[in-house]
Amino acid sequence: MTHARFSHQFTMSSLASNEEVRILLRRLRERLQEFGVTEPTCASAETVLAEALNNITEHAYADQQGGPIEVNTEIGMGKIRFTLCDRGMPIPGARLPRGKPQDTQVPLDELPEGGFGWLLIRDLTSSVTYDRDEDGNRLTLTLPNVSAA
Amino acid sequence: MDLQSTTHGTTNIVSVNAERIDASVAIQFKDAMRALTEEGPDHVVLDLGLVKFIDSSGLGAIVAAMKQMGKDRTLDLAALTPDVDKVFRLTRMDSVFAIHGDVDGAKTRAAG
Repeated sequence: MTHARFSHQFTMSSLASNEEVRILLRRLRERLQEFGVTEPTCASAETVLAEALNNITEHAYADQQGGPIEVNTEIGMGKIRFTLCDRGMPIPGARLPRGKPQDTQVPLDELPEGGFGWLLIRDLTSSVTYDRDEDGNRLTLTLPNVSAA
Repeated sequence: MDLQSTTHGTTNIVSVNAERIDASVAIQFKDAMRALTEEGPDHVVLDLGLVKFIDSSGLGAIVAAMKQMGKDRTLDLAALTPDVDKVFRLTRMDSVFAIHGDVDGAKTRAAG
């Protein structure tokens, strides 16, 4: 057993588009619930995956619809890990954004309308790693798996 | 994007009849908000009671909806479900909006 810490794993495929991402998120949440993953963990996972998958659609595939995306899920005691693979463009500089909080004490017309994605990902994950090879991008997102009370 | 506007006294209550405000509907949401708030009361309350999920694109669209209303008009939020509330708190955007527990509370405040 190479992944003794994870008791379940499954893989789902999707295509880069906002509508397909929405469908994938629903299917994933249903599977997580079938495996008994708690609501708080499901909610955090859906937020983190939505942001990461939107980034893949908008940036890696630059809004060109239909590029392949694969999500591998590993569920373990205390942690849940998602590995997202795509064949789009690399993250510039291979550097993941830190996700700085935005300044909200600004005049109305200067309020931020974006840049929230990495803030949410960083807040809700315990680790994020990124690898690029000739096949494409591989983003690994690990979250605490909160057990039932 | 199914939004419904009803006027209660001096308040325009816009209810979102959808479970998600995400990247696939963010632009439609912003356009629908413009259409529903261009005329009518200066005080608008966005009823999010049916919305179970919001992503950063949806959040950005709500901010954009407030910005396009201009300085002299207000956009409050009401009836946030737990997961939506969490996204507002984590991004600190809960400090930008007046947030009411329910729609009735938002109406009371508007009348006072």
